[in-house]
Amino acid sequence: MDVTLSINGTDHRLDLDPRVTVLDALRHHLGLTGTKKGCDHGQCGACTVLLNGRRVNSCLTLAVMHDGDEITTIESLGSPDALNPLQDAFVRNDGFQCGYCTPGQIMSATAMLQEAEDGWPSYISRSLETDPDLTDEEIAERMSGNLCRCSAYPRIRQAIAEVRDARGMAAE
Amino acid sequence: MSLDQSPDQTTELTMDKAQPRLLDAMSQGLLGTRLSRPEGALKVTGRAAYAAEHLPDNLATGVLVRATITKGKVSHIDSDGAKAMKGVLAVFNGDPLVRNPAQGQAGEAPAQVLPEVHYFGQPIALVVASTFEQARAAAQSMTVTYEEEDAEVEPATASTVDKPKKSQSDTGDLEGALRDAATAIDVTYATAPHTSAAMEPHASVAEWKDGRLTLHGSYQMLKHNLAELADALDMSEDNVRILAPYVGGGFGSKLGIAPEAVAAAHAARELKRPVRVVMGRDQVFQMTLRRSETTQRIRLGCDASGRMTALAHEDRVSNLPGEAFSEPVAQGTHFLYGGENRRFTHEVARIHRPGTGSVRAPGEAVGMIALECAMDELAEATGIDPIELRVMNMRETTPADGLPYSERGLERCLREGAARFGWDGRRPAAQRLDGDWWIGMGVASAVRTNQMEESVARVTLQSDGTALVETDMTDIGTGSYAILTQIAGEMLGLPAKKVRVRIGDSDLPKSSGSGGSFGAQSCGSAVFLACKGLREWIADKLDVSPADLTLRDGVATGGNVQMSLADFAGLPQTSEGHVKPGDTADDFAIAGYGAHFAEVGVHADTGEVRVRRMLGIFSIGRVLNRLTAESQCHGAMIWGIGSALTEELMHDPRDGRIVNHNLAEYHVPVHLDVPQLDAILLEDTRDDQANPIQAKGIGELGISGAAASIGNAVFNACGVRVRDFPMTPDKIIAGLPDRP
Repeated sequence: MDVTLSINGTDHRLDLDPRVTVLDALRHHLGLTGTKKGCDHGQCGACTVLLNGRRVNSCLTLAVMHDGDEITTIESLGSPDALNPLQDAFVRNDGFQCGYCTPGQIMSATAMLQEAEDGWPSYISRSLETDPDLTDEEIAERMSGNLCRCSAYPRIRQAIAEVRDARGMAAE
Repeated sequence: MSLDQSPDQTTELTMDKAQPRLLDAMSQGLLGTRLSRPEGALKVTGRAAYAAEHLPDNLATGVLVRATITKGKVSHIDSDGAKAMKGVLAVFNGDPLVRNPAQGQAGEAPAQVLPEVHYFGQPIALVVASTFEQARAAAQSMTVTYEEEDAEVEPATASTVDKPKKSQSDTGDLEGALRDAATAIDVTYATAPHTSAAMEPHASVAEWKDGRLTLHGSYQMLKHNLAELADALDMSEDNVRILAPYVGGGFGSKLGIAPEAVAAAHAARELKRPVRVVMGRDQVFQMTLRRSETTQRIRLGCDASGRMTALAHEDRVSNLPGEAFSEPVAQGTHFLYGGENRRFTHEVARIHRPGTGSVRAPGEAVGMIALECAMDELAEATGIDPIELRVMNMRETTPADGLPYSERGLERCLREGAARFGWDGRRPAAQRLDGDWWIGMGVASAVRTNQMEESVARVTLQSDGTALVETDMTDIGTGSYAILTQIAGEMLGLPAKKVRVRIGDSDLPKSSGSGGSFGAQSCGSAVFLACKGLREWIADKLDVSPADLTLRDGVATGGNVQMSLADFAGLPQTSEGHVKPGDTADDFAIAGYGAHFAEVGVHADTGEVRVRRMLGIFSIGRVLNRLTAESQCHGAMIWGIGSALTEELMHDPRDGRIVNHNLAEYHVPVHLDVPQLDAILLEDTRDDQANPIQAKGIGELGISGAAASIGNAVFNACGVRVRDFPMTPDKIIAGLPDRP
């Protein structure tokens, strides 16, 4: 089936088997292997990308469902010579070990910070009305869909908290 | 330079005696610092390419097919039906496919038993197609018929139970000592089977060119993997190259060559085109090696002062028939505490569950749960503080052999940890209720045996004054790139950016690989020796003794001469370092030590346990990189949280299959399960007997005892002693006390 995906601002016309997921379209058909496959079941978060600005598990959605949609992957955030603030914070805080879940953690954190800035509450937020305080626990709740078996969790959250502070977001 | 060219110089060392602390005399100030990972920028931008991410032209994809019986024979596979499906290129179902991954350091092919089936989930065929979707559909629709046999799958009732001779011992009069003890306990603990669950599934991309195989694989120990893969394919090692520059986690699961690598290599050879095989997550659960379930009976006896007179640790684990590995449950118990009357028994039930092998800290990860919870029970029974009881029962030499200990920071870790954690605020069991939560504290000792393995590394001082470090070592998240950069930089007086590290290529000099917490110290020692050789070469050029040579920021100073490294005549100079274990490994008990402290809340109505605070403090000799070493501690302590509270492979009692073969039902800790942790590495420690860089492993020490501290905290919180791990709420709720 023909489908056009807008990936990191560039349109890609693809002729895909309808069974191809967004994840496999990226990894197998476009050579964009920065997005990782950890479980192919939506259970680990390694494949997190932004779909029209929202974070999704790209293994759980088929590419042919996304004609015209905008997909943002890790490759668009920064380059090794010019890391974006979140990537830089991950490196300095050692917010990863093997590095395999890392692109997913970073994509998820990118969207999560925006969600919090937009005032979205989480399951553990004390109020549905007021802007959430992005405490360590709030970050942990909002990032719990991204597994890290090396268990770099404390430092992943320290990296995210650093960017939270740099953006002047509230945390009591 | 290629493999067969010899280096300009070689420095060899067999570790027969303590070596001078040469690294402490260096002046670059790079080693031990919090250097961030040199490969970090590639990882956070998605540019580091893992095994499955090599996409050669004309790449075909294979999907493994699993047995759906426990034991018997494959009598027929409908490969014609599969081959009729669109895109399917071939079906392979016999030799050389392997039953399970090789055990760590096996160096030979794992069992090749087809058409026999020995466990539910065993790989029995590979379907190769042009695309992943085609191969998966064909693999899932394959009709297989079997001749089925009865199989035993329960460790407790297995009819074949091996008792390896070297793992049994009986010293003194255990029963008599227990009878005469002022206080004695006799308790049996159980731990559930675990899986490594590295985030990157096992993956291989195989390509053949002119009779030589190149395998991009996700592997930990390339020199052994090379031998295992060549043996499985019945070919010479010389014609195999394995590349693994980035490995998405290992934890033991990628120690030995696994079914997907052999299948990919075989299919690529037959089809004359590159083939990729990646295990699905369910396959990673079912056809890689798990950690055995254990049952452990611990008996302890002490006199009125708390001094232990009796200690017995008797365990049962399991594995498939014919597998040499068995979880060395009591490994740490042998030398941690005294008790002159001792007994160790170790039983291996032969059953047809998926095979068992090394998972992070084989032995201590589960053995220390039983021992350290039992020590807490003894402390409770005697009324002695758990820390005092442990310190009182450390001995001057090992109880079994009378060997001296090398560096042993156990007491220091227990006492410093207690002070930092606020241990004096601990109250008797079930006295502290905070809202809906019973709060308690627990402590456990950490110990993990330490070993160095033979390693070779090559360091070249380049014409531009920079250094190139080359070895087949891997970095599975442990920080190899960082610490090898630091060792070479420290020895050669170079900043980190002037050292390049090339690893993960089996064509490079053969190191220990990553496993058993020996990678950094073994490979690091080889790099150290290679650099020591280069220092001697430089000193010779300046006509000074190496002791009078100072190397710093790319400049050599000796005698009255100062010279930039780039200006030396004769560059590039290539130096090899070669280290082997020696007498110190036999003459001393060498281990890493530490202490874990946990504060938990136990929900007063549901029995749910939450870890509120956790502190781990460790003594590991020289710390090579404080940042990455602390990260290893965090990871290990969090593995402790998982094994304490949630991690449990579940086997169907009828056929042994793993039923929770996915990450939604096998619960590894997630962000919200983990508070910010305190991980402390003692600053000023060196272990002179361990190796020439005086450093010991950390990646496994941090898990050993971690879960026990949580178990002891649960008891202190609510008075419920759980002896069946993980401590899920169903095991706690019935014993919860009434609210005051």
